[in-house]
Amino acid sequence: MRVNKLTYLVAFLLFTIPLLAQSGNGNSILSTSFIVVGIIVVVGLLLSLADNLMQLEAKKNNLDISKGQFSLFPSIEEWFRKKKPASFGNAGYINLTKGFDVKLAGKAEEKLVPGNAKTFAIRPKDFIGMSPIPKVTVTVGEEVSVGDVLFFDKKRPDVKYVSPVSGEIINVNRGDKRSIASIVILADKKLKYKSFKVPNVEKSDRSEILAFLKESGTFVSFNQRPFDTIPDDDVVPTNIFISTFDTAPLAPNNSFVVGNNKDAFQKGVDVLNTLTNGKVYIGLDGRKGGRASSVFADVKGAELNYFNGKHPAGNVGIQIHHTAPIGTSNKVWTITVQELVALGKLFLTGHYCGERIVALTGSQLSENIYVNTYIGANIGELLEGKLTGNKNRLVSGDALSGKQKAPDEFMNFRDDQITVLEEGDDYELFGWLLPVTPRPSSSGTFPNFLFKNHEFDANTNTHGEKRAFVMTGQYEEVLPMNIYPQHLMKAILTGEIEKMEGLGINELSEEDIAICEFVCTSKQPLQSILREGLGMMQEQG
Amino acid sequence: MGLLDFLKKIEPDKKKSPFLHTVYDGFFTFAYAPNTVTKGGVHVKDGMDLKRTMFTVVIAMQLCYVFGTYNIGHQHFSALGMYPGFLEGFHLKLVHGLIKLLPLFIVANVVGLGIEFYFAMKKGHGIEEGFLVSGALIPLIMPPDIPLWILAVAVAFAVIIGKEAFGGTGMNIWNIALLSRVFVFFAYPTTISGDEVWVSGFESLKAGMTPVYGWAHHLFDNLFSWGNMDTFSQASGVGIVDGFTGATPLSLASKGGWTAVTEVYTTKQMWWGTIPGSIGETSKPFILIGVAILLLTKIASWRIMVSMFIGAALMGIVLNAWGATPFMEVPWYYQFWMGSFFFAMAFMATDPVTGASTNTGKWIYGFSIGFIGMIVRVMNPAYPEGWMLAILFLNTFAPLMDHYTIQSNISKRLKRA
Repeated sequence: MRVNKLTYLVAFLLFTIPLLAQSGNGNSILSTSFIVVGIIVVVGLLLSLADNLMQLEAKKNNLDISKGQFSLFPSIEEWFRKKKPASFGNAGYINLTKGFDVKLAGKAEEKLVPGNAKTFAIRPKDFIGMSPIPKVTVTVGEEVSVGDVLFFDKKRPDVKYVSPVSGEIINVNRGDKRSIASIVILADKKLKYKSFKVPNVEKSDRSEILAFLKESGTFVSFNQRPFDTIPDDDVVPTNIFISTFDTAPLAPNNSFVVGNNKDAFQKGVDVLNTLTNGKVYIGLDGRKGGRASSVFADVKGAELNYFNGKHPAGNVGIQIHHTAPIGTSNKVWTITVQELVALGKLFLTGHYCGERIVALTGSQLSENIYVNTYIGANIGELLEGKLTGNKNRLVSGDALSGKQKAPDEFMNFRDDQITVLEEGDDYELFGWLLPVTPRPSSSGTFPNFLFKNHEFDANTNTHGEKRAFVMTGQYEEVLPMNIYPQHLMKAILTGEIEKMEGLGINELSEEDIAICEFVCTSKQPLQSILREGLGMMQEQG
Repeated sequence: MGLLDFLKKIEPDKKKSPFLHTVYDGFFTFAYAPNTVTKGGVHVKDGMDLKRTMFTVVIAMQLCYVFGTYNIGHQHFSALGMYPGFLEGFHLKLVHGLIKLLPLFIVANVVGLGIEFYFAMKKGHGIEEGFLVSGALIPLIMPPDIPLWILAVAVAFAVIIGKEAFGGTGMNIWNIALLSRVFVFFAYPTTISGDEVWVSGFESLKAGMTPVYGWAHHLFDNLFSWGNMDTFSQASGVGIVDGFTGATPLSLASKGGWTAVTEVYTTKQMWWGTIPGSIGETSKPFILIGVAILLLTKIASWRIMVSMFIGAALMGIVLNAWGATPFMEVPWYYQFWMGSFFFAMAFMATDPVTGASTNTGKWIYGFSIGFIGMIVRVMNPAYPEGWMLAILFLNTFAPLMDHYTIQSNISKRLKRA
């Protein structure tokens, strides 16, 4: 607010000088202009003083002054802020101008079929902060039901990790230094469920519900920010956030995925309200042509905010930044739509719900659809008969922040999307200058702005070699946060912990910075630099 | 893929001949975009890379090259009072320009790239593209008759001390092209300042002096006489016309104000650039086309350009109001007609490595360059132009501007917690 006022003053001064310079003659101009400037400064100071006094008075009376209601000066934002569409009702509306949509070919059409996967795996590695060798409570050949405990961290024995399907344990894979890589289950055709005794949400206190969540394996659905870890025991999250839409390339449409699980979603939100002293924030799709399912928009007991903007507007991290940002001391939890529905179902039915709707996306698939499967599905089985071409990269997650997988590997715990891309390991004659194939780019040197809606058939070529940071302002252009990503990256590379914290590393996670890594001219590995920095911060405590 | 196979076959061994391998790698990646694929981070990457970025800047200054070549010849013949029209003696003007400009380009690039290649080999990384732009800019900011050895020394100084000593592309504090120019400016001032240096092909600019032509001119003379066209030998007996000084508009303005300038040059001449000056800086419309390319492709920062313009205009107005000397009384908008403001704005101030890196910093940085550059231009008794010194000066302070911008972001965040 302050800055705005000063800007008006300076701008006013700037405009008066040429006016004065043109009228009048010779030497008197200088003295006249000094007098005029002096008068303007005095009047400006008086106005500013009055303005500040008014705001102080308003603050004393506990009135909200954040939106400039008690200011003499109009705020620039007020003039240019995009008007909220009428259909959004009382919900908040946040318009983000920065960002970049990577438009790829192979979006899943809204058709849901049963998935082919027969084997499923839970991987301890998917949970950041867990010790590498957890206590495995099952043995190969043992039969498990849905919700039976597979393993737990010896440091936190009450937090259980459970089976998403029922069937036979067929493998306990080990990785480096005898760590547990994955526990593989061959699923039954008809699932058997373990029944849990559900506490009453209205009558139980927070600790009872928390204990139940831990026991039933649902607690690990929560993601604690900063650092994206399993929530700590002693933490009461300041707020809980859910983003109900995903702007990542080819991301599934959650309004379609959630279907008619209105009761489960509402139950989930009710449970969340018992876990936090703050609010439950839900981010809704406010983009032009976007759709927010009534399951989300009509939910009770949550603060709704519509977001309009390009990727990463749908990332929960961006939404947190614009609603109730994470400070240096507080922690928040996030949960995805599908996990929240599963949590709601657990409270409604008493059965652990490991179901997962997965979008099969990417141009290297013969059909792009949604399939109904379970957490940690085998990727090769899921894509059986759908792959075209022979140089494919299979990605669990989206093309920006997903993880590369071999066909016999399993999806990551939270992922709801598989992207199949063509490997781009070809040399290209003058590829940097005259590219043969169209490729997504935020740069104006490609004629992409002529084809706004073109869906690119992108491959995994790096399109250039790694260089030192040269261009500036590039990351800021695509990251709708009040953060200086490039300076943050440099602070991480030089290990300046205090600067990292000050520059807002706690507000970022790899998926947020992924779009910066995409546009980076110098091809710097920003996500891994950020993770290194987050690791340093975690060590510092 | 015949060419690719051939190129792969002639690849030198990295251990036995590291220098050759580095050079080979530089040229190979120039011809073929490498086949590396993403690993670990994003799976799809933007088609933009540093080569394309740098090349776009080089493209943006091509019209300056074309016009600069012509203008070297045009100034040469203006001194002789020959071919005053734009198209008269066009071939002679172009050829004379080429004979002057080409050696500058070759020397600047051979010296600069040679040093780049050597350091790339020593440090064991690929050849970085930074010098592509510097090597294209350096000839454009030099006077046409600068001795080649001075240019070579200047480029070597700029690349070794200004860039490699700091760690290579992306690490330098001062703009490489300007550093080489400032080196000449302080070490060999007579070759780059004064009235005599901007018109090429004469030993001095006294009236009656005849032009000096070399073997290259004679070579082309054979061609032209065979084609029945005007030749250089026709001009070799002609002397410099009375009253021709070769002074730039700025040097006239510093002595006699705007009236002194308009006695010699029309505003049209100054706008189109048929005036003496550094090779690439004179033609405003062609530089503005480059500006348009840089802005449309979003490679250069519009914030720096706009704020630099505002800063210079504001200082011009203040100087007008002050009006102590004739130079100060030059109307502020005519200040842009003279000198190299637009060239400095388009290609020098917007260097992303040496400029401020935060958006707020860019506003301050650009504004300060415009503001201070105008002061240096008008109030400096020795030398009537300021952008080179102002930009190098503000290059030094750009990190400070970023520092305070970032500190304000940090303190805001910490206050919130």
